[in-house]
Amino acid sequence: MREHRTTLVLVVLAVAVVLGCFLVAGNVGYGGTDGAATDAITATDPGYQPWFEHLWAPESKEIESALFALQAALGGAVIGFVFGTLRERRRRRAPRTGGDRGHEEVHG
Amino acid sequence: MHIAEGFLPPLHAAGWTVVAAPFVVHGAREVRRLVRERPDARLLLGAAGAFTFVLSALKLPSVTGSSSHPTGTGVGAIVFRPPVMALLGTVVLLFQALLLAHGGLTTLGANVFSMAVLGPWAGYGCYRLLRRAPLAVAVFVGVAVADLATYVTTAFQLALAFPDPTSGLVGSLARFLGIFAVTQVPLAVVEGILGVLLVRALRSWAGPELAGLGRVGEPDVREETVDA
Repeated sequence: MREHRTTLVLVVLAVAVVLGCFLVAGNVGYGGTDGAATDAITATDPGYQPWFEHLWAPESKEIESALFALQAALGGAVIGFVFGTLRERRRRRAPRTGGDRGHEEVHG
Repeated sequence: MHIAEGFLPPLHAAGWTVVAAPFVVHGAREVRRLVRERPDARLLLGAAGAFTFVLSALKLPSVTGSSSHPTGTGVGAIVFRPPVMALLGTVVLLFQALLLAHGGLTTLGANVFSMAVLGPWAGYGCYRLLRRAPLAVAVFVGVAVADLATYVTTAFQLALAFPDPTSGLVGSLARFLGIFAVTQVPLAVVEGILGVLLVRALRSWAGPELAGLGRVGEPDVREETVDA
C-alpha cells in the first residue's frame, strides 16, 4: 500500500505544478516559446529573412492542435500496449519460478 | 525548443547538422545492437520512444505566460544510455517537422543536437553523478536536467546565430535564456516527476526486461525508505 501512496503523491505533485503555473500566469493567451524566440530574432536582426519554408503546414490552428493530439495519442497507445503486454508477461511468469526467460513468447 | 524552419542562417544550419549527424548514426547502431542482444528489451525501447512522443506533444503553460513542452528524452537516456535517444529523438523531431510544421528540416540538425544529444547526455551525466543518492532522486534530477539542458542549448544556438548588435553574444544569450530556460523550469520539474513515476512502474512490472540495463534494472532495497 505504501507503494501506491507514493505514486499518488507524485501524481498529485505533478498536477499541482501544472495548475500552479496556470494560477501564477493567469489564463492569458499562451504564445509558444518557439514563437517568442522567432520574434526575438526579428527584433535582434530586423533584416533577417527565413530562407526556407515548410514543405507542408497545417491549414489552421485547429488542424495543428489535432495533429499534436494525434501525436500524443499515438504515444499513449504505445505506452498502453507496452504496459498491457508487461502485465500479461508478469502474470504468466508468476506461477513459475521468477526470471525464467527461456519460455518467453515473441511479442510484436 | 524547436528552432523554426529557416530561422538559422545556412552556415549555422549546416554546421549543427554536421555536428549532430554522427551521434544519430551511432545511436542507430546502438539501437540495432540492443535489439539484437536483448530482444525482450524491444518493448521498453518502444515505451521510451512513446514517452518522448507524448511529452513533446504536450504544450503546457508556464509561469512566464508562454507555453512550452517537455522533451521526454531523460527516461530513455537513463534506462538505455543516451545514444539510443539520439535516434528516438530524431524520429520525433522529424515527425514534427514534416507533419506538424513544428521545427524544420533546415533546423533539424540544431534541434536534434539540443533535444536528442546534449539533453540526454547532460541528464544521464547528472544521473550517474548521483549514484550514491536514492534512485528516485537520481532519476528526478537526471530527467529534469535533460529537459532543461535542451532548452539552454537552444538558447545558446540562437545566441550564437544572432548576437545582439550592442550587447553581443552575452546579451543575446541572456535574452534567449529568458525566453526558454525560465519557462522551462516548472515543466522540467513536472517531467522529472513523471520520469520517476515511469521508472517506478517499469521497475515493478518489467523486472526481467530491465535486468542488465544498469542501475534501474537492479533491485535496490534502500530506495523503499525514501519518499521522493
